[in-house]
Parts: sequence; structure tokens; C-alpha cells
Amino acid sequence: MEAKKKFYQTDAFRMFMGKYGIGVVLVFMIVAIAIMKPRFIYPSNILNVLTQISVNCLIAYGMCLCITTGGIDLAVGSQLALVSVLLGQFIVLREMSLFPAIILSLAAATLFGFINGVLVAKFDMAAFVVTIATQLIIRSIAQIISDGKGMSLATPEFKAIYSGTLVGIPYPIIYMILISIVMYILMHWTKFGRYVFAVGGNVNAAIASGVNVFWTKTLCYTISGLLAGIAGVIFTSKTGSAQSNVGLAYETDAVAACVLGGTSFAGGISTAPGVLLGAIIIGCIYNGMNFLNIGSYYQYMTKGVIIIFAVLLDMVINKKNR
Amino acid sequence: MGNSEYILNCEGISKAFGGTQALKDVQLHIKPGEVHALLGENGAGKSTLMKCVIGLVKQDTGTMEFEGKPYQANGPVDALNCGISMIHQELNPEPHLTVAESIFLKRENTKGFLLDKKAQNKRCEDLLSKFEVPYTAKTKMKELTLAQVQMVEIIKAVSCDSRLIIMDEPTSSLDSTETDHLFEVIRDLKAKGVAIIYISHRMEEIFEICDRVSVFRNGTYVDSRDMEGVTRDELISMMVGRDVKSVFPKVDCEIGETVFKVDKISGKGFHDISFEVHAGEILGLSGLVGSGRSETMRAIFGLDPLESGTMYLEGKEITNKSPRDSIKKGICMVNEDRKNYGLCLLRSIRENISLPNLPAKQKGFLLNQKREKKEVGEVAKKLTVKCASLEHNGFSLSGGNQQKVVLAKWIMANPKVLILDEPTRGVDVGAKSDIHTLMCEFAAKGMAVIMISSELPEVMGMSDRILVYHEGTINGEVSRKEILANAITQENILQMAFGQR
Repeated sequence: MEAKKKFYQTDAFRMFMGKYGIGVVLVFMIVAIAIMKPRFIYPSNILNVLTQISVNCLIAYGMCLCITTGGIDLAVGSQLALVSVLLGQFIVLREMSLFPAIILSLAAATLFGFINGVLVAKFDMAAFVVTIATQLIIRSIAQIISDGKGMSLATPEFKAIYSGTLVGIPYPIIYMILISIVMYILMHWTKFGRYVFAVGGNVNAAIASGVNVFWTKTLCYTISGLLAGIAGVIFTSKTGSAQSNVGLAYETDAVAACVLGGTSFAGGISTAPGVLLGAIIIGCIYNGMNFLNIGSYYQYMTKGVIIIFAVLLDMVINKKNR
Repeated sequence: MGNSEYILNCEGISKAFGGTQALKDVQLHIKPGEVHALLGENGAGKSTLMKCVIGLVKQDTGTMEFEGKPYQANGPVDALNCGISMIHQELNPEPHLTVAESIFLKRENTKGFLLDKKAQNKRCEDLLSKFEVPYTAKTKMKELTLAQVQMVEIIKAVSCDSRLIIMDEPTSSLDSTETDHLFEVIRDLKAKGVAIIYISHRMEEIFEICDRVSVFRNGTYVDSRDMEGVTRDELISMMVGRDVKSVFPKVDCEIGETVFKVDKISGKGFHDISFEVHAGEILGLSGLVGSGRSETMRAIFGLDPLESGTMYLEGKEITNKSPRDSIKKGICMVNEDRKNYGLCLLRSIRENISLPNLPAKQKGFLLNQKREKKEVGEVAKKLTVKCASLEHNGFSLSGGNQQKVVLAKWIMANPKVLILDEPTRGVDVGAKSDIHTLMCEFAAKGMAVIMISSELPEVMGMSDRILVYHEGTINGEVSRKEILANAITQENILQMAFGQR
């Protein structure tokens, strides 16, 4: 019982590092890039990075819920494409006004998320298999609806969803902040969040504690569908065209953000701020490498290497905590 | 020091994990052909010392000698090659392997680079024939009972020519016939000169099978004694460092109305079970492992389906389709399988305790975490859960404290009926007595407590009434009066468990 402990030896510090140690990686990365290219940390560039990551960040939150329950949602990219196509159909062809068109499109993505959830939770099918199958099905539906053709969707009011600003802050950042707050509350301040961790940590103990595993899992996939849908709206507004071939391999970046953010693939461990940090790191990799004039062919490799090192670091930190 | 006298010599072993000193300058001396008990509360350092011996962890200081030569294993395989094997408490058999494949794993009979299954099975049958086991070399591991899997492990150790076998709580999931069989095998091994380190919390067994005992307390070595001439009370006071007067703190409380009643319920593993339990009563369920006690309780709690029969809670007929239903109505169960059904070890103690009680902690849509922290803190304190902080995860706790956390979560739910399935299995003496005291407190508050226990002294010491199971039915009922009057003895209950009236 020594009265004086160095701050880095205290329990609270160790627990904080265990949860958010990845933040240290982010800080080092930002400092390193900023030393080489000071313009990297100009406010304009910071806003630029945050705007760019908003789509991935939203998808990653949904992914995080699914991974935490011990599953995964690989259908997110297709859901994004479906929303894009539906927006085109509703707004351009049916001349619907913006609000109902967005609500209907989001409802479709949410519905498919729900179906994913039921298949995984009710029939106890492997999430990897279920969502890879629905990924194909949803993509196919999007292509059938659009006949594979892109459609211009560049009305000023629709474009404003992405390009508008509030006191100088681009809208996508505002959406990201709002949804980050909602996700933080959902995961760490509600019954549902606790159930998600319990189901992922030990499903039998969760059942024996009266947790409704079916609804917990189903809701995770439903929310993932909804968030992928919202990401789809933002993405479509950014590109100004409704297309069925967008969102390819978006699940990879989302999974990467989760893993960087300390989400355990064994289930039961994750934090909402961690996912946000993970998404920011990925954004910095892309943006920073452009700054350093590194060709895009090297970007995937860098991302892969950083993921491996980040996870190794995380394991070392957490092992000490055991 | 007469080194030649001992097969294993450990001197001055210390080991720290982070800030906690798990072992402090510990010694251990094992003679060839003796059964040597290691005794100590959970967290006393027995397991850590054994892990050092088989090389799972490396000691910070200290030396070991095995058969007169300096010894340091780099892992269980290395230890096995030197002649030391360990039978772990929790066995993880590979379900699809056959018995022969398990025994000869990593040292298969080969012809060129192909497996020679025939020769291997033959070799295995030769081994099995020495042990009178009801399975063959070709039986799949998944078809074996836990006791049989354990025997396979022992046979494997023998086939590796081990001169020292470490058994960690070998009887914790065996019934008394299986235990007797294990003891026969241990005596055989002993006769052949094999030394055995026997870790157990069950005093009766240690007195029955062991020759010498070493006692540990808080990571330090207390003493070694010959079993002959040492008493149970002496050993317990060596372990805890204080005298433990009565083993069972049973308090008689007023027995009230019938709270819960079942009428002719049947399901998988049990049939036509009828009983009732009253407020303030501790109802003990005795019987052999596998006699249907746990199965009955799992079905009542809604973990397994009930095939027929009716249940009444406070006079009203109820059905429990899931634990969720059951908890809502006020029937809670502490499962015998703590790791699988009790705790989510990855998550914090606080989250574990409040998990079934969250609906009551809601403030609108949000959780009232302030209130949660306060209430969880209170219940953890009341149950004397020893932990650095409630935010630590379940892995940081010893078995006894994990069990207290499980109890805490159900106490917080304030149930009408509390079912405890082997509440003190694998729990050290101190925590065991705490749990017994708590059971009496719950009963005093008017809860109806149902306790399954395979330890006869525990059932007899704690219950107001005992139902004895035999092959899925209730074969007898014993009251506390009969026990106190010595009209019913341990032997009588065992006879009922074996099917006599």
C-alpha cells in the first residue's frame, strides 16, 4: 500500500489506456504528419478530414454493435447503395419532396437490417454468412431497381445535405457529432447497451440473467441498417448522383475503424468513443498520405500495417491490465 | 537437506503478477509414491505454484529440483517429457477425437508419414485394460462423462511415464462412486511409486486419500504435516490463520407459508417431481451427480423446457418459458456452471451485478448510473466481495469472489424463490462460510431457498428439509429434526441416493 503512486501506475490510468490507448497512436500520427507538412493541422484541413470520415464513421458505429454481439454486418455497403438508388427513384422519377423520400429510403435500409438481425438471431445462422448473402441480394435489388444506370441528383436543396454549413462547420460533421452522442448514450447509458455487451461477452450468462437475446441482436443489425442508410443519404448528396455500384468494400473500412477503436472480435468489448477514434485514424491515413504525396496504391498497404500494429499495441496494453 | 528423499524440491519460489505478490518465498517437497495434498483458500498460491512446476508461468526467484536434478520446464509439454503431468480442474476434451487419439496426441504411431491407427488402438486397448474402464480405444471423447474424460487424462499421464501427477480439484464434478473409483486408481498409482499432488477443498477426501499435506496462506507457505495425527480443525486454522468454530452457521428461522410448489413436473432427466418450499426455509436437494436435480431446477427456471406438470407461485399457477419470465416473477437461480451461466467475465463487476436488475434502474430511457453504482456498491459490500474496484472485470476475481458476485446480482433482484445449484463448489473455506451465512440471512428475510449440493455435510448442515433424488425421482425426504436427533445419518442419505428406501 504505497501512498504515492506515479500517475501512470494508477488503476484509473491503466483502465483508461486499456480503453482508449489507441488515442495515443492517433496523437503520434498527427504530430508526425504535422511536422512534415504543417498544413495538415490547419483548421480547414481538419474540417476536411472530419467531413470525409463521416460516412465511414456512421457505418462503423453499426458495425461495432454487430461485432460486439459476436457477429458482423457485411451488408452495409449494399444498403448504402440501395438508399442511393431509392433516393433517385423517389426524388427524380416520382418527384417526391425531400423529407418523405429520405424517410422511405431509410426505412428500406432499416428493414433489410431487421431481416439480417432476424436471420442471425432467430435461426442462429453465422452472421458472416447471412450478411454476405444479403449483401448480394440487396446489391442485386439496387441494380434491378435502377437498371444499373446512374441518375443525376443534383438539386441544390439535396446537395445542401452534404455541402451546407452551420457556423462554418460542414453538415456531415454535425451529423457525425449528433450520432456519436446518440451512440455513446445508447451503448453506455442504456439497458440495451448493457445487454449488447452481455450477449457478446457470454450469451449463456445473458440468457440466465433474463436478457432477451433475440431482440438485442436483431436491434443491433436493424440499427446498423439504419446507420448505413443515413450514410447512404450523405454519400449520395456528396456525389450528386444515385447509383447502384457505390459503397463497394465499405465494410472493410468500417471493420478497420472498429478494430482500431478497440472492438474485440471475440465480442463483448467495445466503446463508442473508440470507434470514433478509429474512424479518425483511418481518415488521417488517407488524408495524411495525400499530403505526403504517397501514391494511392500504397494507401491500402499502410492501412493494413497500421491495423496490425494498432491491434498488437492494444493487446500488449490490455494484457498488462489483466 | 536430504535431497534424495524427495522427488520434487521447490525452494524459495516467488512470483508477482503486476502489483500482487502471488507467491512469497514458498517451498514444497514431495516424496516419491506419496499422495501430497495442497491446501489453502482460493488465492493462497496453490495454482500459481503448480503453474510454475509445469512451466505455464516462470517464477521470479527460486529453484526447483526433480529427481535430484535441477529442473525448469518451459511449458506443459516440456514438463511432460521430464515426467510431470497435470490433470486440470476444467478439462477441455476435443470432442471428435477417439480415446486412443486423445491419449496419443502428438506422439502418434506412424508408418512412414501415415498414421498407424491399428497399432495405436491396440496399444491403447492394452493400457485401458489395466484400468477397468467402460469404453474402448475407438470411443469418441464426446460420448464420455466428465469422470471418464478425467480418467483418460490420468491414463494419458501414466502412458507418458509420469512420475509426478498433479490433480487440481479432481473430484469437483464427480459423484461419490466416481470418486471412489478415482481413489482406487490413485492408490494403484501410489503403489507403483508415482507421486501425486492433490489439490482439493474437500477435507474428507484429503483425510481419506492423502499421506501428507502442505498448507498455504496468502501466497506464503505455512507448514507441511503428515496426515496422521493432524485434525481437521488444525488444518482449517492453519489455512485461515484463525480458528473456525462451527463449520455451518445454520440459524433456524421461522418457516412461513408455502411460496412455491410444483406438482408432478417432468422433463429431460427427471419425472413426476412434486414438492413445495416455504418462506424462510432452506430446502436441500441431495443425490448423485446426474440424478436430475440440476435438470429439474433448470426447467423450473426456464432454461430447459418442462414437459408436463404444473408450478404454483404463491398459490397461482405459473409457466416459465425463459429465465426472463422467471426472474420477472421472482424466481432466480445461481447456476452450477459459473463460467458459462453465471458471469460475463470480460465485463466489470458492476455490470455483472446489475445485469438482471437494469429495468429497475431506468430513468426514462437512460440508466441511472449514479444510483446503480451506489446500490451495487452496497450489495457488494454486504456480500463482502473482495475486489480492488467494481470497475474491474470478472477475471480479476478468485472463484469464491466470482460466486459472491453471482449471488449479489440475484440478491439485488430480491427474489421470492432463490435456487442455488452447488453454491460453494470450488470456493475456498472463508468464502464458503460467508455464503452459508448469507443463505441463512436470505431465509430470515422470508425468501424460500432451494439448494442443490453434492457435499453431504453441507446439505445436512444447512437444510431445513432434504429431498433425496435417485434417477430422476425423489426417493426420500429428511427433516432437520431427524438429522439433529441423529435419526438420519450420512449413510442413510447415501442409501436413499442409491435407490434404497
